[in-house]
Amino acid sequence: MDGSRRVLASMSLISSLPPRQTLAALLLALVLASALALTRGARLETADYVMNNGSEVQTLDPATVTGVPEGRVLRAIFEGLIVKHPETLEPLPGGAQSWEVSEDGLTWTFHIRQGAKWTNGDDLTAEDWVFSWRRFLHPDTAAYYAYQLWYVRGARQYTRQPEDRSFTADPAGGLWYQRMSDGRIQIGLHGYVLEHESGPVRVELPADPADPATVHLNTRSWTLPFAITNLEGNPKAPTEAAALLPRCYGLKNDEDSGWLLKGALTETDWKAAHKSGALLDGPTYRREVADTRHLKIWREGSHTLKVTLNSPTPFFLDLTGFYPTFPVNRRNLEEAQERWPDRWEIEWLRASNIVTNGPFRLLERRVNDRIRLVKNETYWDADHVAMNSIDILAIEQDSTMLNLYLTGGCDAIDRVNTNVVQELWGREDFQPTPYLGTYFYRVNVHQPPYDDLRVRQALSMVIPRKAICDNVMKMGQVPASSLTPPGIGTYTPPSMKLGSADEARALFAAAGYPDGKGFPPVEIHYNTSEAHSSIAQVIALAWQDELGIRTKLRNEEWKVYLDTQQNLRFQVSRSAWIGDYSDPNTFIDMFVTGGENNKTGWGNPKYDALVAAAASELDAARRLELLGEAEAILLEEMPILPIYYYVTQNLTAPRLGGNSENVLDEHFPKFWYWMDDEELAQKRANYPQEFQFVDPHGPKDGLYSPAQQAARGQQ
Amino acid sequence: MSASKSKRFDLDEADAERLLREAREHKGISLWQDASRRLRRNRPSWYALVFLIGFGLLSFLAPLLPLRSPVRSNLDITLSAPTLDGGDSNYLATLDPQADSTTITREIEKDYWELSGMDHGLISLRRGIFGSWQTGHWLGTDHLGRDLLSRIVWGSRTSILVSLAAALCSLLIGVFYGSFSGLAGGRIDNLMMRIVDILYSIPFIFVVIFLITLIGDHRQVLEEEWGLDREKVFYLVIGAVYWLTMARVVRGQVLSLKHTEFVQAARVMGASTLHILGRHIVPNVLSVVIVYLTLTIPAVMLFEAFLSFLGLGVEPPRVSWGLIAVDGTSAINPLRIHWWVVVFPALAMGSTLLALNVLGDGLRDALDPKMRGKE
Amino acid sequence: MIRFLFRRLMWFVVTMAVVMSVSFFLMKNVKGGPFDTERALEPAIEANIQARYHLDWPLWKQFLHYTGPFNLDERGLGGSGKKLWGGVLSGDFGPSFRYRDFTVNDIIGQALPISALLGVVSMMWALALGVSTGIASALRRGSGLDLALRLAATGGIALPNFVIAGFLIILFVFLIPLLPVAGWGSTKEMLLPGFCLGLVYAAYVARLTRTGMLEALSQDHIRTAQAKGLSPRTVVLRHALKGGLLPVVSYLGPATAGILTGSLVIERIFFIPGLGSHFVNSASNRDYTLAMGVTILYTVLVYTLNTVVDLAYTLLDPRIDLAEEA
Repeated sequence: MDGSRRVLASMSLISSLPPRQTLAALLLALVLASALALTRGARLETADYVMNNGSEVQTLDPATVTGVPEGRVLRAIFEGLIVKHPETLEPLPGGAQSWEVSEDGLTWTFHIRQGAKWTNGDDLTAEDWVFSWRRFLHPDTAAYYAYQLWYVRGARQYTRQPEDRSFTADPAGGLWYQRMSDGRIQIGLHGYVLEHESGPVRVELPADPADPATVHLNTRSWTLPFAITNLEGNPKAPTEAAALLPRCYGLKNDEDSGWLLKGALTETDWKAAHKSGALLDGPTYRREVADTRHLKIWREGSHTLKVTLNSPTPFFLDLTGFYPTFPVNRRNLEEAQERWPDRWEIEWLRASNIVTNGPFRLLERRVNDRIRLVKNETYWDADHVAMNSIDILAIEQDSTMLNLYLTGGCDAIDRVNTNVVQELWGREDFQPTPYLGTYFYRVNVHQPPYDDLRVRQALSMVIPRKAICDNVMKMGQVPASSLTPPGIGTYTPPSMKLGSADEARALFAAAGYPDGKGFPPVEIHYNTSEAHSSIAQVIALAWQDELGIRTKLRNEEWKVYLDTQQNLRFQVSRSAWIGDYSDPNTFIDMFVTGGENNKTGWGNPKYDALVAAAASELDAARRLELLGEAEAILLEEMPILPIYYYVTQNLTAPRLGGNSENVLDEHFPKFWYWMDDEELAQKRANYPQEFQFVDPHGPKDGLYSPAQQAARGQQ
Repeated sequence: MSASKSKRFDLDEADAERLLREAREHKGISLWQDASRRLRRNRPSWYALVFLIGFGLLSFLAPLLPLRSPVRSNLDITLSAPTLDGGDSNYLATLDPQADSTTITREIEKDYWELSGMDHGLISLRRGIFGSWQTGHWLGTDHLGRDLLSRIVWGSRTSILVSLAAALCSLLIGVFYGSFSGLAGGRIDNLMMRIVDILYSIPFIFVVIFLITLIGDHRQVLEEEWGLDREKVFYLVIGAVYWLTMARVVRGQVLSLKHTEFVQAARVMGASTLHILGRHIVPNVLSVVIVYLTLTIPAVMLFEAFLSFLGLGVEPPRVSWGLIAVDGTSAINPLRIHWWVVVFPALAMGSTLLALNVLGDGLRDALDPKMRGKE
Repeated sequence: MIRFLFRRLMWFVVTMAVVMSVSFFLMKNVKGGPFDTERALEPAIEANIQARYHLDWPLWKQFLHYTGPFNLDERGLGGSGKKLWGGVLSGDFGPSFRYRDFTVNDIIGQALPISALLGVVSMMWALALGVSTGIASALRRGSGLDLALRLAATGGIALPNFVIAGFLIILFVFLIPLLPVAGWGSTKEMLLPGFCLGLVYAAYVARLTRTGMLEALSQDHIRTAQAKGLSPRTVVLRHALKGGLLPVVSYLGPATAGILTGSLVIERIFFIPGLGSHFVNSASNRDYTLAMGVTILYTVLVYTLNTVVDLAYTLLDPRIDLAEEA
């Protein structure tokens, strides 16, 4: 661009203006220039692959995320114990090279991959998982998904909120001490009890025993506010401390190592310190800081991770590939704590600071814009990673993402508007497949007349499910007859009672409302969205026409809707549930009596007993039977009215390889590559049906990983 | 129409009498008479006024027209193109004429929503005139197979009502607040304007979102005890927000007016502030006010559309133009354009707002005091 | 002048206090919290989250903690120890509750320049289109040109901008592939969103200019100027324009603020990471800190702009006396 000529031209324009206007023009130019400089400075090259995430991620801290969009990014930058096969979702070795489970199904042993590294050069060890999972479960972390690891023995108690949170951290920066009832002192860091530590930790005793001692841990050190009279925990042979700190402080392979600290505090000093919050006594400590001794996650040696569960949990292995269980780097956190004591919780996650172990690493983040990832060359399987850079966009508007996809600015989008579906059918890039989710209406069974089963059944019978799927949603959704969608392994969900409109009217009459007379208006409650509104309007009309009752619609803004639903202030409320893992339990345990996600007021002891029995059942087939029986009870009593099963709605560039539609709608950036024309032609020849070919996106010559290139070279 | 016919110096009684009468008569031509005369001469504005009145009547009389139901969906004909089919007969055909009025009301409201007594009256009138005949899908159907023509007509009721109510609200508060502040000047002006500034400084999207949400919480109380449904609250909220700009604009105008000779003169002659306000200032700022008002009505309509875009607008099954426009936008996509879903609502909305603006300009010219008596 | 600015500053403090407390308590009274999701949480986990973000504190304490200047957090987030200063008055808007990897300062810092640029581009469109058509139609009042220009200018306020944007995208991206469909950064990417956003304001500016010009042209000193035989161009540019632009100037303050908050639709449609979306999204996400942050920012901007407008008024209309106003 010929900038100088432009400047000259504008200069001449300015000089022709009177002084006051010149000032205004200059001011305007200044604003414009500074804004330009600020926004344009950081323009990025186009990435190899651009996908849309549907919304801005809330955080990249694996421990505190919940959503699908966060999962998409985390699967690219972190790696759990296992990774999943992109098509079958079978577990493949990831952070763990291999694993085995004890015969009673309770104790899992994971052999952590030797030689795998973090992006900061640290080795990946079993300690990383011990630390990360404890942090994940710790009350101070406040993880939403903590309950996903409550299958581990002791985890639930560990997460439980202490009643009295008067606990105060050491003002000097994160180290705290407790006097136990027997006079010993225990040290902790930011609420994490320092029982296991692979980093360099040592205590420096002063020459004069009356002077304060210093504790060094990783990069940090603390001067204790009291003298240590007796440090029996010399690295080799501590004795008494072992009971409290079983395996501790950098002394690998030594079951009995640890410290015994004895403080030289007078009783008055102690009380003062306690009052100021710097010290806690044993019982207080026990109440306030969870005791990891009962949490059954530990390591044996540097690369063996062991976990004991409450009951055999067949999907536990799946959970170790679920993004909240991904490990974080301890040094990453602690260095941030060191450098930014008051905002380390944000700083450690900055693109420039975060340490990850996945196939990609974070290069840049811009809120509501994009996340730029680049290939992680230190990843153990980098040889099999093809993409050099990936952009993850945060477009929320349906029409915008579609437009961007169609003009080639984006290679994959995760949803399409129902209005364009008709035009998308038959295109090779749009192949919806069943997705592990169910759309249903909750009924408030506490509120008459909905406490009458016949009313609920009649309402369910006349819902025009097929019309909703075919004419409203239009993406091949399947009318639902159960809570659990089909397609989870060998589980076949039972079917609810179906019936004609006449039967429904008969039920209504039997319940005391012939032709809907005397029935109070039904209020359908839903959160604001075009699709929910359409479905509610269709169902409302059906209820009016078939049962003769009046209906009202009530849409609420998302957060208010959640509140209303949680407090059972509705009659019929729109709901949906997406499975976290491929097991019926993820749906069925939602409706146990008093469960947080029950939200219908319904409860049945027999149902609860069956769900509990299934949880401790070792035999897989029998377990599914128990769950099936439970679901049959649920569908019999109908606190919910199932409407349809979900399908995936992805539009994906045809040239993309290593990607496939699956029931969890999970996709794994590690395996992605671009096909060349030859491979694309092959793929197209193998389509099970005729598809319309569209712009395949991506480079003509494809983009393959080094390993793939080598293999292709040999052919 | 010159009144000063030149006469000789020697005026007789009768002549003087006549002159005085003439002068009085001349003064008797009010601002409004003069304005309406000049408005009629301004063709575009006159057409706009006629159009708006026609459209207002049409939307008011919507229940009388043989339109299809604006809410009844027919999922077999979603997004079907406009046809000129003659129409067919509707549920009214099967309605038992002997049925009691509550049954009839219930049957009718299935195809609409809760209607006022007058609307029910209009519907029974419609049954008398048109029987059960209803129009075909002359403007096509939307994504749920609802008749677009009917939705646009019924939607106009909501939109027109919202914008009129809100605009009037802003007019009343804004003009008096603004002119009083400007005229009073000094400390009072300062205080009043600072209050406006404070109110201004709260981003009102934010306030509206929270108010609408808050109202959602207490809707039962509001509806039962205050008789305020969501729509009414909606008008109040929007109106209470829009008067701020009006007040500022008016005050700016008044500030420059109050230094004009005629106001100074009135003041010197000892006229009270209220008198000056009513006699001199308000008529003179009227042109600006009218222009601003004709801008406010469209703005409120657009704001309603914007809230619908966010999902905070009127609640289905009721319709408004904003809601229809939002439904329509998802139909604008490069794969296939269901043009009728967006073109017809846009035409209705566009022509109304256009007419409002043309009328506003016409009124402005007509009301301009400096143009009085000119051709 | 100094006195005037000082007075304004005093009022600014009052304004801030009112705005902050009103928005804070309004917000906290609305149902739902930042951490509510479709998956209801176990009470134990929910309590952990509440404690971590101090949502279990009494409201007045949360408010004082938010405003500062003293840090009330004895624990420090994550036990980082107590610091003396904190809150808005110490310049810290706190961490966002929704985008938890960013502080509110970060988010505003990223979005504000983008919004400012978008605002400048659309304001340039608005002024260029608005003032020129406004003047032209005032000078040729009643002519066909006047009518045509007025109709064109009305286009901007006759349709919701999401409809206009939709049509323009189809036209300039798909039918005539000239411009990119979405995104932000290059000059090309700024044209369409700037135009769509500016259109509404262009229409307003045009009408205000036309009205103001007609008003100004009928003033005595203009007639005098005309009578003196000055060229029409000089009359219009030197004399009439000054008075005629008064209504436009008083409109610029609110318009600029409106562009910042009202750009949500355009930002969504054109995928621009600006500030507009935060006004609405932070409210619906109950992202208390971000919502407060953008509200405060908005207040500062509006207040500053209005003060500037009042100053500009005196420059354009010497009859208005600031001293009297202050």
